[in-house]
Amino acid sequence: MAKLLEVRDLVIRFGLRTGEVTATSGVSFSLDRGERLGLVGESGAGKSVTGFSIINLISKPGYIASGEVNFNGENLARVSPERMRQIRGNRISMIFQDPMMTLNPVLTIGTQMTEVLHRHRPELSREQARDIALDKLRKVHIPSPEKRLEQYPHEFSGGMRQRIIIAIALLTDPELIIADEPTTALDVTIQAEIMDLLMELCEKDGMGLILITHDLAVVSQVTQNIAVMYAGRIVEKGPTSRVIAQPQHPYTRGLIAALPQSSRHGERLNQIPGMMPTLKDMPPGCAFNPRCPHVMEICHRQIPALRPGSNGNMAACHLYPEENAHE
Amino acid sequence: MIAFMIRRLAQALIVIFIISLIGFAIKQSVGDPVRELTGISVSAEERQEFREKLGLNDPWYVQYGRFLGHTLQGDLGTSFFYKRPATEVILEKAPATLELVFVSSLIIILFSVPLGVFSAIRPDHFFSRLLMGGSIVGVSIPVFLTAIMMVYIFSIKLGWFPSYGRGELVMLGGWGTGLLTVDGWMHILMPSVALSSIMLPLFIRLIRAEMMEVLESEYIKYAWAKGLSSRRVWFVHAFKNTLLPVITVGGVQLGVTIAFTILTETVFQWQGLGFMFMEAVERSDAPLLVAYLMFVGVVMVGVNTIVDLIYGLVNPTIRIAGVK
Ligand SMILES: Nc1ncnc2c1ncn2[C@@H]1O[C@H](COP(=O)(O)OP(=O)(O)OP(=O)(O)O)[C@@H](O)[C@H]1O
Ligand SMILES: [Mg+2]
Repeated sequence: MAKLLEVRDLVIRFGLRTGEVTATSGVSFSLDRGERLGLVGESGAGKSVTGFSIINLISKPGYIASGEVNFNGENLARVSPERMRQIRGNRISMIFQDPMMTLNPVLTIGTQMTEVLHRHRPELSREQARDIALDKLRKVHIPSPEKRLEQYPHEFSGGMRQRIIIAIALLTDPELIIADEPTTALDVTIQAEIMDLLMELCEKDGMGLILITHDLAVVSQVTQNIAVMYAGRIVEKGPTSRVIAQPQHPYTRGLIAALPQSSRHGERLNQIPGMMPTLKDMPPGCAFNPRCPHVMEICHRQIPALRPGSNGNMAACHLYPEENAHE
Repeated sequence: MIAFMIRRLAQALIVIFIISLIGFAIKQSVGDPVRELTGISVSAEERQEFREKLGLNDPWYVQYGRFLGHTLQGDLGTSFFYKRPATEVILEKAPATLELVFVSSLIIILFSVPLGVFSAIRPDHFFSRLLMGGSIVGVSIPVFLTAIMMVYIFSIKLGWFPSYGRGELVMLGGWGTGLLTVDGWMHILMPSVALSSIMLPLFIRLIRAEMMEVLESEYIKYAWAKGLSSRRVWFVHAFKNTLLPVITVGGVQLGVTIAFTILTETVFQWQGLGFMFMEAVERSDAPLLVAYLMFVGVVMVGVNTIVDLIYGLVNPTIRIAGVK
């Protein structure tokens, strides 16, 4: 049986007026049924465009230049727009970053929920659709859901809205949920609640989850595997516990060292010096070389391939040359 | 909602109060009523006496109070030219203008919505480009010129439409309407097209701009991510949000349309308020001018208030804020 999702050599480009830029290159990862994968990296690393590319919904002028997005063996990068629409919101649901901006301000919650069912399950009656909506609202612990269906988004707090959006994502019992920083826009106190809820629901119904975030701490609690992105490439990939405990790539090490609990009390956080290069001024060779503490001569010449490091994590770094891989 | 309505009505009253102050100021500064009433062959003393009798030597606020009192009773003075109450003249001329504005608003709404929406969802289509180019040209041709060109082409050259007047009218109570006869429609079509010639391109562009902005928003991206059909995303999710700012601007622009009636009515000799206004200016008929100003001002405030109330109905945020 084909994997739930297999992204292969994905290249996403933006056709800007000032010229073409490449946002991601050679991104490959896969997901088993019910697996939870974390996609982490700094702002601008290309996490969101990668997430949106799966349902072929990259904001203009972005497009998939090459590569495959195989969902149950079907390459979504090549299917017709109508076929894509049958999958979006039905078998693959998305949760957006900012719940304050995601819901349509002039439509009731009920409308915004049942329209998904009317679209993807046309055989359902109005009452049946309503019942399913109520059931999902209960699942995300929204009190008195009957009343909520009549209300508009502005009558809810951010946390409540994100719960509603999760409920919408669950409506059609999808096989995969892509959550793009689902808690970044929320109060710290609510973040954990929402994250726990999401994880619990995925676990219970065996849904796959791609969790996009820059928060390694969250990823380590929720996911089984991690892919670390830097400047449009995956630089490290492996089981979550091992990536956290024994990071191979200097960038991953930097990220983990920058976590608050990694530095001793009173010490300042160990931020990685420098900034990620923008799409326009990518350095030759490894994009991380200007910030890397272990930079070598080869790093300026050659882009390292993703290959097994000493502990079995995949890492794209010249510190782990080919020979190492076959020991 | 109730609180919102009350607030809105209070605002309308304040604006009307200000309009009355302006009307009063104009009345005070334009023309000397004594001279108008008595002619120039009267001695200075007799004139003084007249001023005293008319209350023209009272302080301004007393005079304003009197003016306001009369106005509230519907008395806006007597037209010098018609020798009849100005209110009566206005009410007689109003239907012609209101029908003209009504038909031209209809034209604007009927065309601007589909054309604006189309050019927003298909911005690269050649028809959208044509529309955008054409609308720039449309906006920049003065109403006056459009009107004259229409008369020249469609009345004089082709003879399709009559060039002046309202045609056959039907009386409904005190309201003479041309909208119930074919002849009336033949007459009103050209003036209303001319009148809408500025606002229509503006509205197409406004709707297009608003819709394009809405289409960029997160909730539209989310609607696509839900797998909804294009029809549903465009006409339910995007269009309703496009409508809100368009309603607001629409109300204001309707007021501007009333100003353009002066030009249109003059060209087509449309016997409405605009035509009457031009005549009153030529004849220095101050009471009629002030009456026109007050009437148009109140109509504009009324329309804008209604537009805002409609906005409140469409926009759920206001509806609830009002209840609280
Ligand atoms: N519509 C667009 N036009 C041009 N460039 C874009 C567009 N959207 C994204 N990009 C570029 O693509 C790159 C990747 O962006 P992306 O949004 O995927 O980053 P991210 O990893 O999700 O970051 P963040 O944590 O800020 O969400 C960035 O350099 C960004 O500038
Ligand atoms: Mg992002």
